[in-house]
Amino acid sequence: MLPLKDIRNGLMVAGWFVFLTFPLMVIKVNPVEKTIVWRWPNMLYVAAGSFIAYLYVKLAQKNKKAAILVACWTAYLALPLIRYFMYQDISILIWDTTTSIYAAVGAFHMILTLCLFHKHHILRKILSGIWLLFIGTPVVMLLAQAAGKILLPKIPAALHFLTPFIITIEHIQFWNWIRILWVALACYLLYSSLQTYLASKRNIMPDHLTNEPKIRWSQYLYKRPVYLPLLTFCSTFFLLFPHLFSTYQVNIMISALMYVVLGLGLNIVVGVAGLLDLGYVAFYAVGAYSYALLNMHFDLGFWVVLPIGGILGAFFGILLGIPVLRLRGDYLAIVTLGFGEIIRLVLENWNDFSQGPSGISNIDRPPLPGVDLSLEGSIVYMYYLTIVMVIFTIFVVNRLQDSRIGRAWFALREDEIACQAMGIDKMKTKLTAFALGATWAGMVGVLFAAKTTFVNPASFTFLESAIILCIVVLGGMGSIVGVIISALVLILMPEYLRAFSDYRMLVFGAVLVIMMVFKPRGLISSVRRTYTINDETL
Amino acid sequence: MVPGIVAFTGKFFPHSFTLLRNVADIMDFFEPDYFIELLFSGLTKGAIYALIALGYTMVYGIIGLINFAHGEIYMIGAFTALIVSTVLSIYGFPLLAIFILAAVAAVVWASAYGYTIERLAYRPLRNAPRLSPLISAIGMSIFLQNYVLLAQTSDFQPFPALVPDFAFMEPVAHIVGSTDLVILVVSVIVMILLTVMIKFTRTGKAMRATAQDKKMALLVGINVDNVISITFITGSALAAIGGLLIASHVGQINFYIGFIAGIKAFTAAVLGGIGSIPGAVLGSFILGLTESFATGYVSSDYEDVFAFSLLVLILIFRPAGLLGKSTIEKV
Repeated sequence: MLPLKDIRNGLMVAGWFVFLTFPLMVIKVNPVEKTIVWRWPNMLYVAAGSFIAYLYVKLAQKNKKAAILVACWTAYLALPLIRYFMYQDISILIWDTTTSIYAAVGAFHMILTLCLFHKHHILRKILSGIWLLFIGTPVVMLLAQAAGKILLPKIPAALHFLTPFIITIEHIQFWNWIRILWVALACYLLYSSLQTYLASKRNIMPDHLTNEPKIRWSQYLYKRPVYLPLLTFCSTFFLLFPHLFSTYQVNIMISALMYVVLGLGLNIVVGVAGLLDLGYVAFYAVGAYSYALLNMHFDLGFWVVLPIGGILGAFFGILLGIPVLRLRGDYLAIVTLGFGEIIRLVLENWNDFSQGPSGISNIDRPPLPGVDLSLEGSIVYMYYLTIVMVIFTIFVVNRLQDSRIGRAWFALREDEIACQAMGIDKMKTKLTAFALGATWAGMVGVLFAAKTTFVNPASFTFLESAIILCIVVLGGMGSIVGVIISALVLILMPEYLRAFSDYRMLVFGAVLVIMMVFKPRGLISSVRRTYTINDETL
Repeated sequence: MVPGIVAFTGKFFPHSFTLLRNVADIMDFFEPDYFIELLFSGLTKGAIYALIALGYTMVYGIIGLINFAHGEIYMIGAFTALIVSTVLSIYGFPLLAIFILAAVAAVVWASAYGYTIERLAYRPLRNAPRLSPLISAIGMSIFLQNYVLLAQTSDFQPFPALVPDFAFMEPVAHIVGSTDLVILVVSVIVMILLTVMIKFTRTGKAMRATAQDKKMALLVGINVDNVISITFITGSALAAIGGLLIASHVGQINFYIGFIAGIKAFTAAVLGGIGSIPGAVLGSFILGLTESFATGYVSSDYEDVFAFSLLVLILIFRPAGLLGKSTIEKV
């Protein structure tokens, strides 16, 4: 399957990387105690890793489908092993929620496999059938509940261990609804994949004769039968989230949702208007510090400062925007980076203003009029505030993109000169992009200060800007859905893979490079409005 | 409310008074010794910035890309030198041999990293929109920082003094250290070599031709890919020498030193006019001196702020830099 030439080149690449990483990966010195540690196994890992990576890239260049499948199945099969080695956790072998999710992902992989080896448009049939699941599941659950009430006493207790659906606690039997749900899901997915597989056998018409336009993967998300049930599911999930999970999880989710808003804000500047802003976190800091300081000195409440934070953010956006108007993309990146660093350094060094590196603590949480909130209650309240913020942002950003300004931004991104020739005021358009992008950062900054009740300059380093940029790039520049998904994935994943949290920034850096080289449009590329002209109407 | 605001401003702007006092102080410590000390520290800083800035400006001149990962190359050069010099000193080599071998190792590995980065992250994006290679470069920079962090350590590592205290420097040792002298001499030699290479060798000619017009250079039989690789290798080698020298001057390094140094060197390159080699050197010395005098006479807390403010000011008032030519974009 693999030509000898590729293997030979792979070995050469592996040798090169062994040479390259030799001093840094293998030798570790302690200059004080004058000791050397030779870490030879690292050399082997580098060699094996680069060899496999090279072969994989070669495979991907030749056969994209096979590459996708190899990646999916490797990740899928490696997960239990990683869990085992990292946590000594064998729970994947025991039937519980984790396992069910694992099984569901497995089912998804099977569908993927089937789809990739058969006709492309089948996928749409499967995905468009998912809505059945959301109607079907409650019906199945109701039926099962009724059946359970009648049948349960009749099943001999000795047989209960056979079924994972019944939990016996001190001689009282319960149905385990979650498991039933997962089994229903798995059955449905298996059934639909089988059906589509059979359908593909029957369909003897070749692809190019079926007269169906070729559709990109990501565009399925925008199909009505797909996004409606998905939207229902997501909104229910996010509304019920604080009641389903612990306070700890809710806290993590709040910060992930804040990054969604930050990502959407930066998306205006980078994704839509095409202005690379590396100092976005400065506006975030402006918002956070404006709440912290106004709260400390003038006792202003959350609701008063929220718009002020937004306005201050916009003001600073314009302040930064004016000097850089004339600059091209790469200069702009450096100046914004410098601006972000200036704001951080000033906050760190101007002790009388910002209390320096020790930061400001005891910031008020947002009050709920008439209710005295407990700590947990205020976290839940914070969660819903963030949700409202996210929805508001999505709504506004979505409307903005289709507005006159939004179209001007797209034009600016594509070609500045052509855009000016069309009569768009370049200066005004760029400034609005900066200002509107910064507004969100300012507002999220206020939210952040209210959530943590503590701010210090260490929260606003360049790495934060890089994470937000990574969210936008990974999601697909200019695509709202993509930004939301990638923010959730990039922020939640390191939280749940604690063992790998050291590698987080390494992976972020690698993601930026790999995405640019292999998939510059992002995971879910934005769907541009197009106008098709029908031959018949002409 | 009004007394509150008065107290508020008084509390926030005490600098307005201290600054005035500082002006009086300057009269006191405007001594020749202090001035010369600052001058030499500025020149040393400028020389190091110049070594890094040359890499930025050469790469920018040829492919129009800000090589964000360049600061990381400098950091990797310093780390390689640290590792090699520690290993050699454990095996009991003499100081001069350690200095030379560490410098060679730093140059070799930094060039290898520069070449690899170009092949992996920039070459596939040669014809992509401008933003793509820039984002890729930022990713590479983050990746390399964290690679060194994970492979080595996050703590500051003490760097052995590779330059001995020369006896003939004894009378002026309180003003100019031996390391400063070595830095100045080595960087001037390196810059002269670079100028000779670019002006008189075939490779240098090919580089200049590629910088002027890539397509035309291809037509006259220049292997543009090779020339770009050589540019990256040269730039990385210069940065590695800078890393080695500054590390033995400052005495400690960590994985993050490349970031600030990279930005400042970029500032210097922009100040002199990016793409122009004499401009980069001039800009670096101006930046080094400005920083040195500003920290010496105003406040040391805001050292980095001065550099960034200088960058913003240049870009507002003279985006093409001191020696750069402003180009008009045409369709």
